[in-house]
Amino acid sequence: MIEFFKVHKAYQLGKKSITALQATSLQIPTGQIYGLIGHSGAGKSTLMRLINRLEEPSGGRIEVDGLDITQLDAAGLRNFRRRVGMIFQHFNLLSSRTVAENVALPLKLAGELSNSAINKKVADLLARVGLENHANKYPAQLSGGEKQRVGIARALSTDPTILLCDEATSALDPQTTGQVLQLLAEINRDLGLTLVLITHEMDVVRRICDQVAVMDGGVIVEQGKVADVFLHPQHPTTKRFVYEAEQLDEAEMAQNLAEVEGRILRLTFQGQATYEPLLAKVAAKTGIEFSILSGRIDRIRNEPYGQLTVAFKGEKLEEAMQILHAAEVHLEELRHE
Amino acid sequence: MNELLINVDWYEIWLATLETFLMLGGSLLFTIILGLPLGILLFLTGPKQLFDQKGLYLILSLVTNILRSLPFIILLIVMIPFTVMITGTSLGVAGAIPPLVVGATPFFARLVETALREVDRGIIEATQAMGATTKQIIISALLPEARPGILAATTVTAITLVSYTAMAGVVGAGGLGDLAIRFGYQRFQTDVMVVTVVLLLVLVQVLQMVGDRLVVHYSRK
Repeated sequence: MIEFFKVHKAYQLGKKSITALQATSLQIPTGQIYGLIGHSGAGKSTLMRLINRLEEPSGGRIEVDGLDITQLDAAGLRNFRRRVGMIFQHFNLLSSRTVAENVALPLKLAGELSNSAINKKVADLLARVGLENHANKYPAQLSGGEKQRVGIARALSTDPTILLCDEATSALDPQTTGQVLQLLAEINRDLGLTLVLITHEMDVVRRICDQVAVMDGGVIVEQGKVADVFLHPQHPTTKRFVYEAEQLDEAEMAQNLAEVEGRILRLTFQGQATYEPLLAKVAAKTGIEFSILSGRIDRIRNEPYGQLTVAFKGEKLEEAMQILHAAEVHLEELRHE
Repeated sequence: MNELLINVDWYEIWLATLETFLMLGGSLLFTIILGLPLGILLFLTGPKQLFDQKGLYLILSLVTNILRSLPFIILLIVMIPFTVMITGTSLGVAGAIPPLVVGATPFFARLVETALREVDRGIIEATQAMGATTKQIIISALLPEARPGILAATTVTAITLVSYTAMAGVVGAGGLGDLAIRFGYQRFQTDVMVVTVVLLLVLVQVLQMVGDRLVVHYSRK
């Protein structure tokens, strides 16, 4: 568990003090994939770098599995950092070292294992990330996705319990992004690592995160389970991220609503309910009419969800709503008749 | 051929070439031994670097700038008492090496500093995140990553030293430059001048070629 207790961070720029992170308390449970989303300058990068103290906090306390890391001395900090892997947007591989040498570097620096033990471990790690045939290449000879795999293998070499992912897929094309995210999800599942992931793409959060914190101006403006935040965004910043990801346009939606009659509800289905012909059943049973104004059906991690904006007309609307409610459909009234 | 080069004493030329090589090799060696750590220190103490030390950086910076702004010919003369103190003489190859080193070290150190600054900050951050000590960051990440730049800096420094050795001839250092001045210039023996200049040109060409090859060999980008 990673815990922040009123941690804040301010920079001194000349005589001005600039707050990068306002007093923030936060809990990241062990084994979770925790997303930090925000625009550049929102403080997400600062928050992440406080976890391995690449940034020193200006105040507050940070505990990792009960260990107060703000109190560590230089040697203690170096030991702690070996338990925290980190991958980067621009990979930050050493261009002068081969793939295998890059992956071996953290182990060599730690100086605890023999060369043969290091070689064996490096081979295992390269196999895990699917690069066993590239061991002797230099980073410049690899594609972006392959470089990030090297980065991941390198970050895992010291058997960390936490993996920090700093915009790990932002420099990759959509297909490669998918593959890298899948690899990260596998690592989380197989090794039980806690992943903290910075991104500015809601889609990344939707695909692999368990929980998410939305940041803006050095403050966490909204946090919670991805499904809750994603399907029922509250804060304007969160809404903007969600609508951006869904290519929804709020103004356009409002216009659509203005052009139809009846009561308008937003229906959110999760899990099995997504695939049930619920609306048809309700219509047959109560005789209401409905028209779908907009909708999206996708997955959050592996859980299917659907969200429909529907205009209803008919006498027995209350009954229809009760049936939907009983089937665990979340109802949200957008316009009363 | 021999009629064209009537004044050329090939044995003298051979000796002078050897002296030039000795001066170049000796001064380059000490320049690297002194300049590399100085360059690393300049880099580390620089603004926003690992050991950001404003005062120390300003002092180091000032000293290198003073030494670099002195014309080498002046340095040669100013250095004489100091040179005698170290080597016992201000003449010959031994007398030339201290001023050459003092002239080239600040120049080389600045080039090393620049080469180190070219290393992506992300690499330093990644190495820090691995739990590396500052010493490990320098040895395992910074220097290998800056190697092509440092090799290029060494090449430029070596070539600068070639022209410095020629100037050192003025204060009796020996070498090809000395020959060119004493025979080619002062005795109007143009043929000697031409031969020494051609030899210096070949030396510079070879240094540049070898340097470029090494830089390409160690560049993995």
